Amino acid sequence: MRQSLVPRRFIQVIDYEKCQRCKRCVQACGFRALSFEGRVQPDAEQECVACHYCVAHCPEEAITIIDNPLEYRPHDSWTSDIIMQTTRQAETAGVLLSGMGNDRPWGVLWDRLCLDACQVTNPPIDPLREPMELRTYLGRKPDAVEIKVGPEGKPVLATQMPPQLRLDTPVIFAPMSFGSISLNAQKSLAMAARELGTYWSTGEGGLHPDLYEYADRAIIQCASGRFGVHEDYLKAGAAVEIKIGQGAKPGIGGHLPGAKVTAAIAETRGIPEGSDALSPAPHHDIYSIEDLRQLIYALKEATEYRVPVSVKIAAVHNVAAIASGIVRAGADIVYIDGFRGGTGAATTVIRNNLGIPIEIAIAAVDQRLREEGIRNQASLIAAGSIRNSADLTKALTLGADAVAVGTAALIALGCHLCQQCHTGNCSWGICTQRPELVRRLDPAWGAERVANLIRGWTEELKEILGALGVNAVESLRGSRDRLRAVGLDDKTREILDVKAAGE
Amino acid sequence: MSEIIETTSGSAPEIDNEGLARIDARGIHYRRLNELVREVVRRGARRIEIVNVNGQRYIAVGLQEKVRVDIHGVPGNDLAAFCDGAEVVVHNNAQDAVGNTLNSGRVIVHGDAGDVIGYGMRGGEIFVRGDVGYRVGIHMKEEPRRKPLLVVGGTAADFLGEYQAGGRLVVLGLTDSARRGTVVGDYCGTGMHGGALYLRGQVDPSHIATKFVALSEANEATLADLKPILKQFCELFDYDLDRILDERFWVVQPFSHKPFAGGYAANP
Repeated sequence: MRQSLVPRRFIQVIDYEKCQRCKRCVQACGFRALSFEGRVQPDAEQECVACHYCVAHCPEEAITIIDNPLEYRPHDSWTSDIIMQTTRQAETAGVLLSGMGNDRPWGVLWDRLCLDACQVTNPPIDPLREPMELRTYLGRKPDAVEIKVGPEGKPVLATQMPPQLRLDTPVIFAPMSFGSISLNAQKSLAMAARELGTYWSTGEGGLHPDLYEYADRAIIQCASGRFGVHEDYLKAGAAVEIKIGQGAKPGIGGHLPGAKVTAAIAETRGIPEGSDALSPAPHHDIYSIEDLRQLIYALKEATEYRVPVSVKIAAVHNVAAIASGIVRAGADIVYIDGFRGGTGAATTVIRNNLGIPIEIAIAAVDQRLREEGIRNQASLIAAGSIRNSADLTKALTLGADAVAVGTAALIALGCHLCQQCHTGNCSWGICTQRPELVRRLDPAWGAERVANLIRGWTEELKEILGALGVNAVESLRGSRDRLRAVGLDDKTREILDVKAAGE
Repeated sequence: MSEIIETTSGSAPEIDNEGLARIDARGIHYRRLNELVREVVRRGARRIEIVNVNGQRYIAVGLQEKVRVDIHGVPGNDLAAFCDGAEVVVHNNAQDAVGNTLNSGRVIVHGDAGDVIGYGMRGGEIFVRGDVGYRVGIHMKEEPRRKPLLVVGGTAADFLGEYQAGGRLVVLGLTDSARRGTVVGDYCGTGMHGGALYLRGQVDPSHIATKFVALSEANEATLADLKPILKQFCELFDYDLDRILDERFWVVQPFSHKPFAGGYAANP
């Protein structure tokens, strides 16, 4: 008998004509939402979250998951979601937690922006006929370069370039820690990054010994909890990133519950097994831009200036001014995470209401850095729900140097966006530390699927570039005249610096 | 804002037969100073004496060799940050963020030290003879093979041991500033969920975050555990152990390793 007054959101419907009673689904459900009493049936207590693992793995295709048809009486203000949240809090006195990104209908500005294409007066380029240059370097660029004549009269770069990350396609994987996701999920991303000539990121949970072999493709994170941060770790990576904020939870810290801190996670993070892993809201050595500069240069000293230092922030109201400060503080890369960005666990009210969209943030930051004449001093990464090659291309057009993808990569690994990451019960073996679930995700299989996805995007990006009549991604970056807006108000278009369609 | 850094000044120092290298830090930017330190370590120096230090930051950052670095003058912020094996001795006061995210090795400060000492330290030891400032020992942690230690001879200001996840913090209240009545400031042990904090002398319970931690007087067993640490302190700074033991010790310990379990509910 269920104790809660919150109704089930989903109902598993079993086709008993097809079901062979193999019980595979009962074993498969990470949430234990199916039980067997003579036949397969929804569990009396545990609830289905619509992760579809059972559906995908039923040999007889006998399972369907449907929305619970029981609806509250419709009310525009007191929606079902709000009534259920209210009831849950009345029952628990708890702070509501969610996984994944903001699911509220705020609208997606990418879907209000159209890309240009060549017709008659300027010829498009066929990427099958002509090479398309997608190579991207992330890091500080000098104000000017000096060329000298080298041996055999060939030009040689005389300026010493600051350290750069070299990407074969302008997409990296977003930081997701070992703890927030499983080791097999991290390994899938690491292998895919190597395969694609791009980078993955450790997140703030340190680097597991098994993944040191992929460290040359890793961005190494240093967050407020300083988990697993030591000299060997800092020196192992291709770049170091100071994590200040995350789009899904700007201004708050992190909390990996002790229940998820397994022996392997404890060893990687340098904490006792079973202890809460708490990331304080601020870095307590950073209370100002000057303090940030101090840590940036501490990390540069610790890595002997061999790798770029990135600073990751959530997109918030004053993001342009903050980013300017970060660049002036010495960051080589600024990573901006919009408010639809994903998370392994966040306070629902914060996830759904704090921060601003990445479309606005990236445009405002790029504009500000250009106006101040410091755009060359740092590369910009845009993140926070980049869903496909269209979002990717539009982000580059608004001024990003590259994008980071988290959710899309997890979907490639099997994620069905059930948003239960915080429970640690992920049936797909992605967002869990339960060994019987983690085992389901084969890193070689996962890496291939993630690499496939990004290869598909890369080809699409080349086709879009061809349609725009340019043969290098560099020619598109920040070319906002190649965008037009449909249905956006004047002020938003002013901030995006994008004309209305037809203008 | 481009930075002009003189990286050629400061000639490469000699290393004598006993492995000692002397570096004159007068007028040298920290970047060059650290290059010189790394250079002499690479060339086999076992001891480095840096004189005329005047606020240069990041000295001995990430140093992994088991060398001893003696600093004469006042070093700047982030001294021995990420340090991993070296022994760093400051014969004067030190500034903020000493031993930031220290991994192993030892830092000894013969004067006072500033704010944020030993932030997130994972291992190693820090001894400060005098007082320390705010936010000291925040998020110090431990694991089976590493247990960091931070000993303060004088007093500590607010937020001592906030989020402490492991290791030992000791405040002895031996300086004049202890006479103002208490050896720690407000919010001591807020969010603490591991390790232990030891305080000697007068403690105002209202300064202790009793939502997270229990304050109790140290028993014989605890004092016996502390004795080797106190002895080490006495040897380093020439104190009399009996005089230190001639005062009450308090222990601050967390109620739970999971202080924030519960309190959450799944969004339906």
